[in-house]
Amino acid sequence: MKGKGNFIERQGFRSALASIIAIAIGMVAGLIILLISNPAKALPGFVAIATGGLSNMKYMGQVLYYATPIIMTGLSVAFAKKTGLFNIGASGQYMMGAFAAVYVGVKFTGVPAGLHCLLAILAAAVVGAVWGSVPGILKAYCNINEVIACIMMNYIGMSTCNLCVQQLIFDRKKNQSLQPVASAILPKLGFDKIFVDGGAPSSVNAGFVIAVLLGILVWVILEKTKLGFELKACGYNRDASKYGGINDKKNILLAMVISGSLAGIGGALYYLSGAGSGIPVQEVVAAEGFNGIPVALLGMSNPIAVIFTGTFMAYLTQGGLSMQSYGFPTQIVDIMSSVIIYFSAFALFFSQTIEKLYKRSKAKRAAAAQTGKGGDGK
Amino acid sequence: MSEYIIEMCNITKEFPGIIANDDITLQLKKGEIHALLGENGAGKSTLMSVLFGLYQPEKGVIKKNGEVVKVRDPNDANALGIGMVHQHFKLVHNFTVLQNIVLGMETTRHGFLRMDEARKKVVSLSEQYGLRVDPDALIEDITVGMQQRVEILKMLYRDNEILIFDEPTAVLTPQEIEELMKIMKGLAAEGKSILFITHKLNEIKQVADRCTVLRKGKYIGTIDVSNVSKEEMSEMMVGRKVALKVDKTPAEPTDVIFETQGLTVINKEHGKKVVDGVSLKVRRGEIVCVAGIDGNGQTELVQAITGLIKADSGSVILNGEDVTHSTIRYKNTHGMGHIPEDRHKHGLVLDYPLAYNLVLQSYFEPEYCTHGFLKYDEIFSYGDSLIEKYDIRSGQGGKTIARSMSGGNQQKAIVAREIDRGPELLIAVQPTRGLDVGAIEYIHRQLVAERDNGKGILLVSLELDEVMSLADRILVIYEGQIVGELDPAEVTAQELGLYMAGSKRKAVSAQ
Repeated sequence: MKGKGNFIERQGFRSALASIIAIAIGMVAGLIILLISNPAKALPGFVAIATGGLSNMKYMGQVLYYATPIIMTGLSVAFAKKTGLFNIGASGQYMMGAFAAVYVGVKFTGVPAGLHCLLAILAAAVVGAVWGSVPGILKAYCNINEVIACIMMNYIGMSTCNLCVQQLIFDRKKNQSLQPVASAILPKLGFDKIFVDGGAPSSVNAGFVIAVLLGILVWVILEKTKLGFELKACGYNRDASKYGGINDKKNILLAMVISGSLAGIGGALYYLSGAGSGIPVQEVVAAEGFNGIPVALLGMSNPIAVIFTGTFMAYLTQGGLSMQSYGFPTQIVDIMSSVIIYFSAFALFFSQTIEKLYKRSKAKRAAAAQTGKGGDGK
Repeated sequence: MSEYIIEMCNITKEFPGIIANDDITLQLKKGEIHALLGENGAGKSTLMSVLFGLYQPEKGVIKKNGEVVKVRDPNDANALGIGMVHQHFKLVHNFTVLQNIVLGMETTRHGFLRMDEARKKVVSLSEQYGLRVDPDALIEDITVGMQQRVEILKMLYRDNEILIFDEPTAVLTPQEIEELMKIMKGLAAEGKSILFITHKLNEIKQVADRCTVLRKGKYIGTIDVSNVSKEEMSEMMVGRKVALKVDKTPAEPTDVIFETQGLTVINKEHGKKVVDGVSLKVRRGEIVCVAGIDGNGQTELVQAITGLIKADSGSVILNGEDVTHSTIRYKNTHGMGHIPEDRHKHGLVLDYPLAYNLVLQSYFEPEYCTHGFLKYDEIFSYGDSLIEKYDIRSGQGGKTIARSMSGGNQQKAIVAREIDRGPELLIAVQPTRGLDVGAIEYIHRQLVAERDNGKGILLVSLELDEVMSLADRILVIYEGQIVGELDPAEVTAQELGLYMAGSKRKAVSAQ
């Protein structure tokens, strides 16, 4: 009975199955909403959101492009979660990271191409880490709830970012930041040749590859290293970690620093894409930060799963854009994707249900086998 | 009319995967004290929950006075006159004794409380059964022994005929235990019938008339206590011969391995000294036991020694080196082992696999870690070796999540880890709390073996039996101070109890 064992007994299979069921139910619920909103176009609209991300090569590329920043913020939230912290401050870290990257991208002209964009990413990581370290210090040394500190750091980050963009790298005509110079733009890695539709390439670039590699790196850190062992131990039981000689305060701070730098890199990867969008000056906390929360939760804080859930969320975003061409208002599109996402959160529930049902049927079979045997004996 | 006031006949209760009660019969005579004896997990609690209506049995019936009755829920049980003193009291701390007793069945007129009648009844009951309590005292101000009396009065106030005591002596001092035994006998003499759940054989010998023994969910037998020895009872309970007395030779202590000098801890909230100038020494090859009633500073003393909290003054010296301000990691790696009081809070990362927990203080050592990467194969094979050596039972070996293991095996895992690290000083705080005779015997043997290996053992225990049988020297702690140093060979349990209660003290020599 060793080795692979029964298919259903394997954790990975069960989680995947549960996620698929959850998403399917979410889809059905979404379809009902579309039927209520506009029965005539419900079906084509539904097909659009469900398949929009796959309808042509360019859109597939766009899915990966949209996925890049939310994979990063998802990793940020997931990493903190593994350490027992709720980093709801990914937005602030993301925005500050974006600013740092764009600032380096705009101002540090004359740096060789490859180095320039690495430098910009590094700056984003450092600034994101600083932003994450504030709630980390408060949590570790003053026991101040990191959720409150993180939320406040989001607003401080938003305003600081706006102020800095306006003062230092402002494009007055577009009310957004200037574009990074060409040497700071992430290389395309040939993606612009693959993900093309009718001559128009998608915006996907090396950023997606970096996000995936960082996801794998985070997984390795958490699962294979001494650092991960300590961080997770602190997350599960701070007292026992302390008893075991682990410096709990240092680890909490470190977790927030790493978490913050991941979110910061997310900001860099999005705004160094060369897709033409600058950091907008607006009084709104960046949605990419908050989207990291469902991405992490759907992935059950597993960094590898986060790569997939981030891509899934981006797929819905792209599908939503396709759906708009059928005349659905953006609100309906948003409701639809929200419904699908929150049904996806039932994945854990389904996973447990599958396990329970499986165990029950197994127990029944075992009981049947036993009475059968008993009958033979008599 | 039947000879028995309550009978549980052929009770079978199954849970998925296990049969908690397998065809168990328990018959309680009117006016007797009937002990229910069994190890942890033997099915005592399940059986009592069935009697209380919390579980419905698959098979079997409950009879009162020979007639079959249905107990669907605790209200039915109450209506049948069944009352219970739980191990953890169910009292409202900022209510008075009287308010707690009437809680749930207050006498009212036009919606207003009528406490006078209740007071009269409570006073007369407490006189009748010798349960002296002040009806107007707040629960939080009275001792644990007093609180237990309140629980007993609650049952009497409800005119319960059948009284269940769930491990009532676990929280009491020897004097309080003595008085409880008297009270129980008095209740029985007045015609109440008592079910006494315990795994302490002395107490059964002392008060019980008959005793029913359960083992692994099965009924082993019912005996007349007067005809059966303690050894025989423990054999029935465990299923094999058990050494009740710890087998040890006199200590041969050598040089001092550990000492504290004037260690003081001040509570941040109320500013009192919870540990007050404690100076003690532990030599190699001896077991020094800090005895005391719970809450007299033992927890803080140990935490200050190990570094979990900071001492406000005084020093801690390990192997000749001042480690007062050293990190926990430093102490862990320089000869201090610690079996913590709270195994769930400090002892284990419950959501980690067993093997990880077994390297909780050593995962960073070169055996288990290179260049920042953990060597999982080594960690798991070390885990397997400890599991085998110390007989830790777990569903999936080293991969078992610690949370899913039984309390006894969790404790064994901690003991295994701490002993196997080979510390020169082992601090063991209540190492056998909540464990059954078999596991206790095992852990005691390990501690004595470590002593004989030339290690120093600092034992903190609330169990008098454990103190008396394990210690080579006893230090009594009362309100944060060491109030007596006693030789277990000379002192009686009664005298020790007086020290623990603070009514006796003597100057402590430096040694």
